[in-house]
Amino acid sequence: MKDTVHAARPGGGRGGILDREGALAKLLIAPAVLYIVAMIGAPFVLAVLYSLSDATTGDPSLHLVGFRNFAAVLEDPVFRLALRNTFVFTLLSQSIVIVLSRILANALLKPFRGKWLVRFLILLPWTAPISLGTIGWLWMFDSIFSPIDWVLRYLGLLGTATGLLGPQTNMYWLGVPGLAMASVIIVNVWRILPLATVIQLGGLSSIPKDLIEAAEVDGASPWRRTLMITIPLTLPIVSIAFLFGIVFTFTDLVVVYVLTRGGPVQSTQVLSSWTFFKGIEAGDLAQGAAISLFMFPVLAVVAILILRMARRTEVV
Amino acid sequence: MANIGKLARRGGLYTLLGGFIFFSAFPFYWMVIATFKRDHDLFSPLNNPFLFNEPPTLDHLRLLFFETHYVQYLLNTAIIGFAVVVITLATAVPAAYALARWARGWGESLGIGIFLTYLVPPTILFIPLSRFASFFGLQESLWSLILVYPTFTIPFCTWLLMGFFKTIPKDIEEQAMIDGLSRFGAMTKVVFPLAISGILTVVVFAFTLSMHEFIYALTFISVSAKKTVSIGVPTELVRGDVFQWGPLMAGALIASIPVAVVYTYFLDRFVAGFTMGAVK
Amino acid sequence: MGRVEIRSVSKKFGEVRVVDHVDLATNEGEFLVLLGPSGCGKTTLLRMIAGIEIPTEGDFVIDGRVVTDLPPRLRNIAMVFQSYALYPHMTVYRNIAFPLRARGVDEGTVRKKVEWAAGMFKIERLLDRKPRELSGGERQRVALARAMVREPSVFLLDEPLSNLDALLRTSAREELRQFQRRIGVTTIYVTHDQVEAMGLGDRIVVMSQGKVRQVGTPLDIYQHPADTFVATFVGSPPMNLLEHDGILLGFRPETFLPADAVEGSEGVATYPFEITYLEYLGAERLVYGDVGEKSHARHVVSRLPGSLNLPLEAGKTYPFAVARRDLRRFDPKSGLALPGETA
Repeated sequence: MKDTVHAARPGGGRGGILDREGALAKLLIAPAVLYIVAMIGAPFVLAVLYSLSDATTGDPSLHLVGFRNFAAVLEDPVFRLALRNTFVFTLLSQSIVIVLSRILANALLKPFRGKWLVRFLILLPWTAPISLGTIGWLWMFDSIFSPIDWVLRYLGLLGTATGLLGPQTNMYWLGVPGLAMASVIIVNVWRILPLATVIQLGGLSSIPKDLIEAAEVDGASPWRRTLMITIPLTLPIVSIAFLFGIVFTFTDLVVVYVLTRGGPVQSTQVLSSWTFFKGIEAGDLAQGAAISLFMFPVLAVVAILILRMARRTEVV
Repeated sequence: MANIGKLARRGGLYTLLGGFIFFSAFPFYWMVIATFKRDHDLFSPLNNPFLFNEPPTLDHLRLLFFETHYVQYLLNTAIIGFAVVVITLATAVPAAYALARWARGWGESLGIGIFLTYLVPPTILFIPLSRFASFFGLQESLWSLILVYPTFTIPFCTWLLMGFFKTIPKDIEEQAMIDGLSRFGAMTKVVFPLAISGILTVVVFAFTLSMHEFIYALTFISVSAKKTVSIGVPTELVRGDVFQWGPLMAGALIASIPVAVVYTYFLDRFVAGFTMGAVK
Repeated sequence: MGRVEIRSVSKKFGEVRVVDHVDLATNEGEFLVLLGPSGCGKTTLLRMIAGIEIPTEGDFVIDGRVVTDLPPRLRNIAMVFQSYALYPHMTVYRNIAFPLRARGVDEGTVRKKVEWAAGMFKIERLLDRKPRELSGGERQRVALARAMVREPSVFLLDEPLSNLDALLRTSAREELRQFQRRIGVTTIYVTHDQVEAMGLGDRIVVMSQGKVRQVGTPLDIYQHPADTFVATFVGSPPMNLLEHDGILLGFRPETFLPADAVEGSEGVATYPFEITYLEYLGAERLVYGDVGEKSHARHVVSRLPGSLNLPLEAGKTYPFAVARRDLRRFDPKSGLALPGETA
């Protein structure tokens, strides 16, 4: 009796959308996909179109002019410098991050007191808003009141006639091309290190304990164990930490924008900051878009590598 | 002998950790000092910069809260963060569920495809998106950021949630359907409550990622009262060429610490999203 | 109430036919067991009856009503999964109450029914616990109570005993059987374990590669297997198959005994049995060896009662025999049983 009542319930059959898997699946996925198409796909296409046009903020209409912008951009010495800087900045900072994060992750694996606080302090550069953290560094690199300079003076390395670093009272961290680049790199290392460390921690703690113990029983020395077991087993995860670090550093604008705005004399200009200054501040949408698109091939390669890495580790 | 070796190793470990903590946390310590230091003390190159040479002061905090838009920045950030969380949940939760459940080939590929859009950086998108904003008359409006921030929260959170939903056995919702719920009912009444920790993680990330965002906010907003903390502090607390270091540091510190505390708690899950299948 | 008909049902996953034109009907109140190796389509068939899986073709009829297009909740069936699928975030009480509440039953009735179901499975004292605080046996009882609480017309069980340890499994099997007799609800039970199937089923459906090989009582299935697949899948060790004059002769290991222990009114078939290996298992002794000429040698097994104290040695040949009434004949090509007795 009950059954007939159920069967007669309107919309109760397989026909109801809430019971049909195929239709329901599409319905559930649609909003996210539409959002991505409209807000990432469409702007990306527009970026490509802009790069082939002569659009400016004043006259944003699209007149396609071919590859003129790319040619012009490539001619521009500032762009070439920015391109080189981007690679130097990314590769140097990420190489340092990989080494430091491995050391730090190994230390964090050991038992010690107050782990939560240590973790909190070490993660701060990643968990706090980057622009605000960088402001702290800006003050530390101040041309007059830098505490680093104060320590150097205190140690007699700076500000005395015999000082190792010279007789001037300040280093002018952000005012000298080489030092400015070093400062930007330091801040990026500072920023990415926590993320890379946590990724590496995951990798290290996923190594089965019995593997290490088996190696110990087999008489392998600590060095050998590291070389033959830990490093090969964590290589995929280290690569992923490295690749994500590259993505975040390569496209980052904040550190350069807050610390140096590309200066002094463009010595810390990178692709992202140059895109901003050209495309937004100078209003040249076309050239700005063209500059930003130079980042794309690198990102595509990194994406492919990440996928390969993830797939390979899943097979093992 | 063994004891000395052990002590040395302990000592080495603490020195190493101490060094890293110094590197990571010093800029924030530096903010604390500047927040409470009198200007006269702050700007005397001969004073020891690490200590209070004169009694501490609350002047900078007073200035920050009562003579700048700082409270407004915090409010704007909260409004945007809240709205982004809502949009992200409304789109990412259903999508992640569907991709995790009906993933026979295409679901997995689409999931990876969505994740890859996370790698398309704001640095490529901000020029065209700024045109979108002006086309729809949303320049200088919080709405422009509310609509744009999901471009990075949706891909990442969808991917993250896919992992969560995959850990919930399919049996459970099939059982719920047999027990009297529709396909949709099984999802909302049984699966979602089980995924609550994943959903909470998404709430935290959508909020913190919105709070951290810099480029879009810098590009779309120039009116001081509409700025978020992330751009308001670095761009507005400078009068002409004069940096007001005290209030600047106070503003950076106050906004950083609470979000850092929450984020620290959830970071492991966040990282699990990055490493995908690489850690089992 | 409680008659399930399966009308020419097939299910394809891609190009693979997992269930292949199955026709089947239960009797009311019957305990029907679907038996087969993993991948034979038995679980898919059960899931289609439940409505979780949709058939590619064919229809399901429950109590005279075609339910093929109805979602699970409208079929008035209950199911217990292999994993038990208890809702981990709910107490035992809320788990059992779930199917009632989902149907909008009022709280007073819910309480009464939950207590009734809990009482039936003796789990009253567990009602406030969460599933993770229960043992395997307790979980199974909760799953059964939840399935029974709304008095379904058909009860579907997917290997519900496979997660229990061996000792518990025997007593759980016993309980399940008694419980089903008491309630009298039509039950369809999926298993790959022939001992469970033999012990529980009123009838057994043997499946392989998506097809039904045989439907019958446990006795039928064991004594008169419909084909060589059933003959070798049911019984442990399986039925011996011996090629002889262009057909396959089948006989159970316990019917293949030393020649002087065998007698039959219809005569006996005697073979020289060359023993290769002996296994003493307490209650019984398994004797492995070859029969027939060297070129045609066939490996066979004999199962002797442990009490039969006969001096047998590996490497020697003894006369062994089968009563002719215990011989089954199969077509060597199709594997199907042939009618009549052997010559």
